[in-house]
Amino acid sequence: MSLAQKYPNEVNQIMAKYPPEHKRSAVMPLLYLAQREEGYVTKDALKDIAQMLDITETDVASIVGFYSLYHDHKAGKYRMQVCTDLPCALRGADKFLADLCGNLGIQVGETTPDGLVTIEAVTCLAACDKAPMFQTQGPDGIQYHENMTVDKTMELIEALKNAGKEVK
Amino acid sequence: MAHVLLRHRDIPNLNQLDVYQKNGGFEAFQKAVTAMKPNEVTDVVKASGLRGRGGAGFPTGMKWSFIDNKNWPHYVVANADESEPGTFKDREIMESNPFQFLEGLAIASYAVGANAAYIYLRGEFWQVAALLDEKIADMEKAGLLGEKLFGSDYSLNIYTHLGAGAYICGEETALLESIEGKRGQPRIRPPFPPAYGLYGKPTIVNNVETFTNVPPILVNGADWYKSMGTPDSAGVKIFSLSGRVKKPGNYELPFGTTFRELVYNYGGGILDDRPVKAIMPAGASSSLIVVDDKALDTPMDYASVRTLGADLGSASVIVIDDTVSIDWVVNKTIHFFKHESCGKCTPCREGNYWMLHLTERIHSGEGSQNDVSLLLNVAKQMQGKCLCALGEFATMAVVTGIERFPQDFQKAVKA
Repeated sequence: MSLAQKYPNEVNQIMAKYPPEHKRSAVMPLLYLAQREEGYVTKDALKDIAQMLDITETDVASIVGFYSLYHDHKAGKYRMQVCTDLPCALRGADKFLADLCGNLGIQVGETTPDGLVTIEAVTCLAACDKAPMFQTQGPDGIQYHENMTVDKTMELIEALKNAGKEVK
Repeated sequence: MAHVLLRHRDIPNLNQLDVYQKNGGFEAFQKAVTAMKPNEVTDVVKASGLRGRGGAGFPTGMKWSFIDNKNWPHYVVANADESEPGTFKDREIMESNPFQFLEGLAIASYAVGANAAYIYLRGEFWQVAALLDEKIADMEKAGLLGEKLFGSDYSLNIYTHLGAGAYICGEETALLESIEGKRGQPRIRPPFPPAYGLYGKPTIVNNVETFTNVPPILVNGADWYKSMGTPDSAGVKIFSLSGRVKKPGNYELPFGTTFRELVYNYGGGILDDRPVKAIMPAGASSSLIVVDDKALDTPMDYASVRTLGADLGSASVIVIDDTVSIDWVVNKTIHFFKHESCGKCTPCREGNYWMLHLTERIHSGEGSQNDVSLLLNVAKQMQGKCLCALGEFATMAVVTGIERFPQDFQKAVKA
């Protein structure tokens, strides 16, 4: 099913933001829509968006490749993206990330065996005064989690696990 | 002193439209549209001495006066990409005092004759964008956005646009490319955006904090604004304080406040009461200032910080204490710039790649003094040769780190 069929209202709202002769501007919001369910942009979605905007699949793929928040492969349901840049690292972000990975028994870049969480190290998220911190990128968009500890993070992961069960 | 920008810290629920309006909100916008010509608005902003808060410090009113009135339509774009490591002020404004920012954006749009304004938020500000969409809808319902505002012929719509994780999109021409649905790679300048901007049309791009200064300037006048700060740097600034301090956070202070006041009075001093070793006043793009009493007593304004061999930039003050080795700091900053280089120009793309190899080797203890010399050489070769400021920024901590803290690099390398 195409994006326009699946999310007609949202697609219309997105297209209305830009002058009709510059509809290519809609590529970024449409890509967010496209990766909402699977957590990454599928080959079919590339084709679909290219057709909607009269650009090539390569054009769309170049956007996916350039920007960090678009993904071309499947990962955990939630990507847990820990900032390890200088200001956060001065407040213990590297140790937090190592301890968290140790607790989960996975390495940075890996996914928990149940497929729930992928741990990633990312660049600055503009929350330098509230380190250690990370964002979760998942089906419901992006959420910030600030002033975190490993214990609080494990509780969050439990909550995400249970939230998933309710949906099913 | 009452806040000028972070007014939500003085007035509860200021992010609600009725509360904002009860506290004088949108009077400035109404006054501009109903009683002032667009160029009169620009003149007030020019006279106030307001300079851009994104880092470059370019005079705001002068930028607005560069708009090309022979080419239409015009656009105004708010740069809410806030991605400099150490910067987290625009997010607080948008979350807690959103209407003052939106009012400033609306006034700027009127001043340059734009009927459409875009807010470009970094993709990570997903929740902030959703909140701004609500606030924009509130304004539309209240007749503060839309057609024929306040009974005039002026119309304005504001739209949010989410980026997707690219520091380079804070560079204004890369930002415009990104709104156009392209990779965020800087354009060759000139032409500058006031002549050739979004969709090739005249466009004014300003930082969120810059816009937020505009409503109080229009209400209270240019002289009031200039009465704060220093002659070279008028008004107030939000200083984002981070790193090894007890109380990191945003502090709105007049320009000219000293580093010592910020770090010790507001920031509560250094963790474990250690001595300060270095300060980066402009985030990861910053030169490293060697901290002594003279540096601590230096006023934070554009001209004074320059006497310390650094720029104030976006005033993202990262504090480094004596437990930290500068070779580690440089490795961190280069890791960032290597990741964020857009790849368009060779000196930045290749330079950062090789600088990262060298800083990794030095920091791991596998490097030699020759590697340190080579690192300094690569950085200096990049300077003045990159297409935009990103490449230049990447070299700042490297060059000043090696030149001002040589002992840290000597310790890090193999004997």
